[in-house]
Amino acid sequence: MSSITLKVNGTTHTFDLDPSTPLLYALSDELGLRGPKFGCGLGECGACTVIVNGEATRSCVTPLQLVHGAEITTLEGIGTIEKPHPLQKAFIEEQAAQCGFCINAVIMTAKALLDTNPKASDEEIREAMSNVLCRCFTHVRMMRAIHRARREMAG
Amino acid sequence: MSRQAPHSTSLSGLTPDAQGALERAGLSRRAFLQGAGVLIVSFSALGKAATAGAQLFGARSTPGAPSPDQLDSWIAIAADGRVTAYTGKSEIGQGISTAQMQLVAEELCVPFDNVHLIYCETPITPDEGVTSGSQSHPTNFNHRNLAQAAATARETLMQLGSRHLGVPAASLVARDGAIHIKNQPAKKVGYGTLIGGKHFDLHVDPHAKRKPASEWTILGTPAKQPDLPAIVTGQFEFVHNVRLPGMLHGEVVRPPEVGATVIGVDEGSVSGMPGVVKVVVRKNFVGVVAQKPWQAIQAAKKLKVRWSPGKGLPPQANYYEHLRNQKPTRDSLSVDSKDVPEKLAAAATVLKATYYYPYQMHGSMGTSCAVADVRGNHATIYSPTQGVWPLRGSLAMLLGLDQENVKVLFRRGAGCYGLNGADAVSYDAAILSQAVGKPVRVQLSRKDEMAWENFGYAFVMDERAGLDAHGNIVAWEHEAWFPVHGSRPGYDTPGNVITGALVGFQSRPFEPRSPAPEPRRFENHDNSVPSYCAGKVGDKSEGTGTIESERVLIHTVPSPFFTGPLRSPARLQNTFAHESFMDELAAQAKVDPVAFRLRHLSFPRLRDVVTAAAGAAKCDARPSPKPDLQKTGVASGRGMACVAYEGGNGYTAVVAEVAVDQDSGRIVVKRFVVSIDVGPISNPDGLKNQMEGGALQGMSRVLGEEVTWDDRKVTSIDWATYHTQFLGIEVPQVDVVLLNRPDDAATGAGETSITVVAAAIGNAVFDATGARLREAPFTSDRVKAALKLRA
Repeated sequence: MSSITLKVNGTTHTFDLDPSTPLLYALSDELGLRGPKFGCGLGECGACTVIVNGEATRSCVTPLQLVHGAEITTLEGIGTIEKPHPLQKAFIEEQAAQCGFCINAVIMTAKALLDTNPKASDEEIREAMSNVLCRCFTHVRMMRAIHRARREMAG
Repeated sequence: MSRQAPHSTSLSGLTPDAQGALERAGLSRRAFLQGAGVLIVSFSALGKAATAGAQLFGARSTPGAPSPDQLDSWIAIAADGRVTAYTGKSEIGQGISTAQMQLVAEELCVPFDNVHLIYCETPITPDEGVTSGSQSHPTNFNHRNLAQAAATARETLMQLGSRHLGVPAASLVARDGAIHIKNQPAKKVGYGTLIGGKHFDLHVDPHAKRKPASEWTILGTPAKQPDLPAIVTGQFEFVHNVRLPGMLHGEVVRPPEVGATVIGVDEGSVSGMPGVVKVVVRKNFVGVVAQKPWQAIQAAKKLKVRWSPGKGLPPQANYYEHLRNQKPTRDSLSVDSKDVPEKLAAAATVLKATYYYPYQMHGSMGTSCAVADVRGNHATIYSPTQGVWPLRGSLAMLLGLDQENVKVLFRRGAGCYGLNGADAVSYDAAILSQAVGKPVRVQLSRKDEMAWENFGYAFVMDERAGLDAHGNIVAWEHEAWFPVHGSRPGYDTPGNVITGALVGFQSRPFEPRSPAPEPRRFENHDNSVPSYCAGKVGDKSEGTGTIESERVLIHTVPSPFFTGPLRSPARLQNTFAHESFMDELAAQAKVDPVAFRLRHLSFPRLRDVVTAAAGAAKCDARPSPKPDLQKTGVASGRGMACVAYEGGNGYTAVVAEVAVDQDSGRIVVKRFVVSIDVGPISNPDGLKNQMEGGALQGMSRVLGEEVTWDDRKVTSIDWATYHTQFLGIEVPQVDVVLLNRPDDAATGAGETSITVVAAAIGNAVFDATGARLREAPFTSDRVKAALKLRA
């Protein structure tokens, strides 16, 4: 056990956990966050994606010891039901979901991309999504929602 | 009284989210009224027909379940007028919760947002079996079950309003949650005043009048998914997010090979590991319980278990031959006109082809998860199962408890597309919780999910048909083999899935039967009969086509792997063969494949979707392959396929437009045009969503998905070894043509478009290149091999 400090959605938390514990468990089990999810535990699908110091990161394969002191943003941290982020709003407007389990993967990956590259081309968006999975195959609507959010975020 | 008040049976077992939802729905207030001894008024005195035997469909009067013939089992109205509806059909990503809310809002004349829906919790919702098989619309939207209950409630409120306002019911209208006097908008009485917080105490009236589709204002218009704002902001409680006080975490240790059994478990190998609470062994079931999930995972990895060698698996390389040669078999004849051999002998041309379809998996995005709280002789299980009532029964067997003491509360999981690991993981959590006497959460590892789920069926299918001199089909014969082992556990067969089998329950036995008995009536639930056949059994032809010489024989054989329903089970595989072969016949006859289909289809609704899809895709009428084929570079083409799903549970046609790189063998689908007729459309946007998702999921399945194995174990165990289509692909355009039929019965929708895309893509590849693909998935190697075989 050792003490790991993280700033999650603006609040500092200290965890007394095995430092090899993946970040996902600190977020979903210690803090009870519902955005990041366990999809594969292998970094293959994106369900666990959070933004660590500005970068989309697969929290299921990121040991806590590698992110000590980091700033973490989760799906909960980017908007609320009352005041959603443009991506969250776009996914509602496009009704871009079926089961909704992959939403965290898609929105957080897109957010990290659009934060650093607000005018990302269609090709760049596809590239960012190349290892993000949706098994309901809501691809048509999700890509439409990302494009809609890109327009809104570009202002 | 027909049912328990919700609070008395379920609130103690609810998570804070669920309890909050109930309270928002005004139910705590209702419960308070009842608790305070407010008289529950019986309205039977109004002269309302308290008729027993309402038309129920797929709903059971299960002991302990709210009685489906009682109105109060389906509808409750709070003092503030808000409506809560109870249903046995759950939300699994197919959008049925939205449509059911529309249905209740429409029939009761209340705003959509005033309806709260509670689904699939054994203490408080009726037993409607399993949410599967494209049966939710047929079950709850026609003149039965939830729809009929809502209509009964509206008619009752009209009568109560009539009494309250002192005006005949004919002068009243229900609107916005109140009964109004026509032409006197100010004179009204709200539902809450009429019955809020009280029971109806009536039977569901089979004669209550449904609102005709022509009067719909909520059904038939696009409705938004009510849970989506919470989902996109990370607030929604999936089953994965259920947390109970004192909850521990379990990790299962599955056998390393198919058929391996436990010889011994060295519990000492994990003693002293941080957080480990208990090693649980029950026959061949092994699991570890720990304080935290990562501790459980570490301990499960380290636990020393001695396993016997597996029983060995048939080589995958010639598995289809293995299937075909299995003895004994269980045989079923769907149709047999007895004259196929002579018709084929007299035909001008006879065509034969064999099609192959692999085992595929549900491969849910989130691995299956459940939380169980088993203490003493009571159990509460939070589960993403498709059937809470069947699961209650099989869990009771597994735990040795009385069914009455087991509660199953549905919580949404990741999309399942059929029997994924939801039931198995519910057993896992329950066994571990029972062993430690505390709540236990289990979420499977990716490998445990993929290696042990109930796979979708592999199929080998022989097609044979004859054409006359004019290019008309004169006879069609279909013979297929597919493997089965286990399936849904139902109410009493836990051995149908891995966990039940590991603890020693038997799977549903394989019962050989050959020769097949003569069919007694025409059924095409598995789409084993091509749409172009007449479907004649006895004196009646109930198929959708014109071909009267027909024979369809299906053999099931034992499977080395668990199998079970995967979206469009058997229907998709049979349709892949039929619709590809129809294209081969059209090409042989040198006729445009759309015109050739119409020539052999008699059923108007199926003809209409074919015409609609071809029209929207602007298919030029000509035979396939297209003229002037180029044999190198990228070739483009289009293909059509159609189906009367399950013979008559939804009608769809699709046109696929593809580009084939003839050097690499890579297929890219550019566009789908899907036409769909599901009777009256509840939620046009939800239906489009299903058509789009079905088309693309079907595309992923036919282009890349295949379960693989070596001589002892499954080897497709993650997203690197099981090949799906990620979001970064070149996403095809999908155009959906909705054919609304408001006066027909509602059919299923969710499994329609996925059924036809495999053949449509294969037919488009043929149109583009002249190469015929008969084995799924259409990998680059298979495409290249087919291109080489071209004349």
